[in-house]
Amino acid sequence: MDELLRQRIFYGALALLTLAGLGMGLAAAGAPGLAFGLFASLTLGGSLVCVWERSVVRSAFALMATFLGIAGFFVLLESDFLAMAQVLIYVGAILALILFGVMLSPPDLGERKLSRVLGGLLLVGGAVAWVGTKVAATAAWAVASPPPAGDVRGPISSAERIGVGFLAADQYVVAFELAAVVLTVALVAAVYIARRKRADIQPDSGQEGL
Amino acid sequence: MGLGAYVAVSAALFAIGIVAIIVRRNVFYILMGIEMILNAANINFVAFNRFGDNGLDGRMFAIFTIILAAAEAAVALAIVLNVFYLFDSVKPTEADLLRE
Repeated sequence: MDELLRQRIFYGALALLTLAGLGMGLAAAGAPGLAFGLFASLTLGGSLVCVWERSVVRSAFALMATFLGIAGFFVLLESDFLAMAQVLIYVGAILALILFGVMLSPPDLGERKLSRVLGGLLLVGGAVAWVGTKVAATAAWAVASPPPAGDVRGPISSAERIGVGFLAADQYVVAFELAAVVLTVALVAAVYIARRKRADIQPDSGQEGL
Repeated sequence: MGLGAYVAVSAALFAIGIVAIIVRRNVFYILMGIEMILNAANINFVAFNRFGDNGLDGRMFAIFTIILAAAEAAVALAIVLNVFYLFDSVKPTEADLLRE
């Protein structure tokens, strides 16, 4: 089977799955269901393309679709601040970091190991589905109240609540400061590690190597 | 859409992340798989928070997950740079210095 045919089969199947997801969402819950189906197919389709494609650039851009779909989920779940943070940090920063790695990674021009991809998908998917059915059969999730869908005040911004929660002394201020320290230490350490010269880390260049 | 739909999407994303880690022999796919898994966990945090008491705990968890993922990506990329200098490759199977 040649490369072009495989690509056509994969993307055709992906388009069919996307249409099926959109239709199922629309049939299940109307317009919110359609939005859910759109974000779900963005998320899952993006991650599938990421696993499938051979060059890191294409995979990284497919991962962008995944992150944007998850930001859409956060909007649907009324967490607008998280959606914004998702777009800023994941799409803006982490994806740029991964794209930086493209310079290190030659494109994988070898034969696509179709059996490995399919076998991995089937194995892991089966395992996750098995655990999922077990959990769904036993867990009794305490859904406290039906979500206040038709709240008279309209959509509430969660940014203010999160900001107050970060700074109020009896809520999350300790975790906030800890996260600040962790970020500082990790980023300074990352810069230090990344700036070492190539000669310093060759194995035969003395004790400082590793 | 109910809680179950979000949990199902999150489980599927988690599975695809695992597949990205174990199928593709490349450090960057491992990184991307880790990001997918963290994002799957984030969906669960926010969905359970929303359909539970609608408080702040789950959203705070998600924010700290994002912060730690950013720190992890930076440190991991620095390590990958050093591994590339050392082995001229980004395949984790070729980093076998301790075997000698």
